Amino acid sequence: MMPEAVTDRGALPAALAEDEILAVRDLSIAFQTPAGRLAAVQDVSFTLRRGETLALVGESGSGKSVTSLGILRLTPRAPFCRITGQVLLRGRDGRVRDLVALPEEAMREVRGRDAAMVFQEPMTSLNPVHRVGEQVAEAIRFHEGLGRRAALTKAAELLELVGIPDPRRRLASYPHELSGGMRQRVMIAMALSCEPQLLIADEPTTALDVTIQAQILDLLRRLQERTRMAVIFITHNLGVVAEIADRVMVMYAGRVVEQAPVRPLFGAPLMPYTRGLLRSVPRLDLAGLGREKLAAIPGTVPDPLDPPPGCSFAPRCDHVEPGRCDAALPGLDLARPEHRVRCVRWAELAGGVA
Amino acid sequence: MTALLEVRDLRKWFAGPRPGPFRPRAKLHAVDGVSFDIQRGEVLSLVGESGSGKTTVGRTVLRLARPDGGTIRFGGTEITSLSRDALRPFRRRMQLVFQDPYASLNPKMTVEEIVGAPLAIHEPAIGTAERRRRVEEALSLVGLLPSHIGRYPHEFSGGQRQRLGIARALILRPELLIADEPVSALDVSVQAQVVNLMLELKERLGLTILFISHDLAVVGHISDRIAVMYLGRLVEVAPTRALFTAPRHPYTEALLSAVPIPDPMVRRERIVLTGDVPSPLNPPSGCPFRTRCRYALPACAEAPPALREMAPGHWKACIRDDIALASPVGVA
Repeated sequence: MMPEAVTDRGALPAALAEDEILAVRDLSIAFQTPAGRLAAVQDVSFTLRRGETLALVGESGSGKSVTSLGILRLTPRAPFCRITGQVLLRGRDGRVRDLVALPEEAMREVRGRDAAMVFQEPMTSLNPVHRVGEQVAEAIRFHEGLGRRAALTKAAELLELVGIPDPRRRLASYPHELSGGMRQRVMIAMALSCEPQLLIADEPTTALDVTIQAQILDLLRRLQERTRMAVIFITHNLGVVAEIADRVMVMYAGRVVEQAPVRPLFGAPLMPYTRGLLRSVPRLDLAGLGREKLAAIPGTVPDPLDPPPGCSFAPRCDHVEPGRCDAALPGLDLARPEHRVRCVRWAELAGGVA
Repeated sequence: MTALLEVRDLRKWFAGPRPGPFRPRAKLHAVDGVSFDIQRGEVLSLVGESGSGKTTVGRTVLRLARPDGGTIRFGGTEITSLSRDALRPFRRRMQLVFQDPYASLNPKMTVEEIVGAPLAIHEPAIGTAERRRRVEEALSLVGLLPSHIGRYPHEFSGGQRQRLGIARALILRPELLIADEPVSALDVSVQAQVVNLMLELKERLGLTILFISHDLAVVGHISDRIAVMYLGRLVEVAPTRALFTAPRHPYTEALLSAVPIPDPMVRRERIVLTGDVPSPLNPPSGCPFRTRCRYALPACAEAPPALREMAPGHWKACIRDDIALASPVGVA
């Protein structure tokens, strides 16, 4: 493989740079609905290096979950759902595969072994009628070809790794016998069972209490340091993003609207939507100091079946300039090194300094 | 100042599982001796994690669940053991906003029927025209259009549905609003809209609010005072600013330190609590928090500590007065 620096869209190198695990290029996902074609994700491109955490941020309907399901091809099959673009993933064996083009059989091999996923609600993702140990061991048996007994031993080791006390005995528990935090640890143990290169975590702490969330974030950080896996972390909680992400991708109405390393994104956001999101969170340090109105973003996300012309955030934007913002879809401009924004007015709004 | 709601030593038990055949069921102490007041015009928040009993307090105060001990006084009248009929005039003075705007609105009813339902119960004598006028008034109060009156819930977004839930709660012009996680199911940008709306309505209508939530950032914005619950008991009660800048209970300290702050430049020492909340079927002896508390002493196991007033209006239930606790906010 020729290592090749991924610079921009347009050029589509067939390989990944040496330290890259994943490159997503022009990924679009559309659903066929009774009301017509629904473009859920459009032209999403990003790369992810070994050991790196990318946070995917957005509100409901932004396409952040569909993007992650699309990467692992967990969306419904054609013709109900069509995926286009490229998803290059470096497997555990070092080979780079384009997951969009992979046959379903080969895709089954990839899921769990090269890339795994943790979902929001552990109670609905675990099978209630099977013991926890069998469920964790299943992936090990499938991918590693281990026998039942050996797989269970490995499962116990995994449960211990994710901080479940008394792991040998826990193998025999059913999901309902565990607390929410413990169930999420089991899900993480399952995802890690084959030491994937890529972990996709879709709102893994949203259903948990804050003290348990802190435990799980800590756990993920420790495991990532140990395994150097790349993580895509999907969340709407900007506090969690600030804590775990190296880079952030903000999505709105199916498109990436801003993409930057975590510090510039929080310190100097360029897209009015990102700024609005950051302002709408009540600040802890101002708690109890009077009730200034929170800076809410007016209105709601557009109907994906009937998107507005031009910039999809324009109808809710404070800085909208009719004739310009609604004229054509703004491109995803490279505003600063590694910092992209989809807004025709970003340079003026940032005070003219680009 | 007069207290609109006075709750004293409130207790609520649920029947737990049977420990064995023919043995009596275990008692689950969901609320175990909770006392607080809410002054007229005040916003008091009840915070705590799942299983802390905060929702049960709200439901018991509304008498949607029958208390097993203690007293509830509303506007000076004791309502703890009033019959259904005797309770009716009080019910209209206190209303509830639910968490899930998708589950709490009947999909087969129109906006007029949903928002007008409390009128049908409490003021059945009024005519259709009057009812329609009142529903339209309630809709414009929460920022919806009177023309929405014939629509169904599925035609609204999450934020708009929560506005419908608030309109339904306000149509009888209650004095006390109990809001149980009213913004938890909403997106952040919409959450801010609904929080702003609730505060605006509080001012306009002179509402008193019991706000139940696990989101400390929202609670810090909306409340005058905060009561922190753990395993069915209050562990700390304080004015909002005091609770955030100078928490006095180790659980509050840990809770505040667990809230992720949306600023990547902030790196702080976080207190990660080990383990889960103990089962309320088998709570620890003494202080309920001692099993996860990093300041626990053998003496903590002896008796549940009582709430003591440490500074004006600042109460805590912890025997350790010799520890300095950290705050994510710092003293302003």
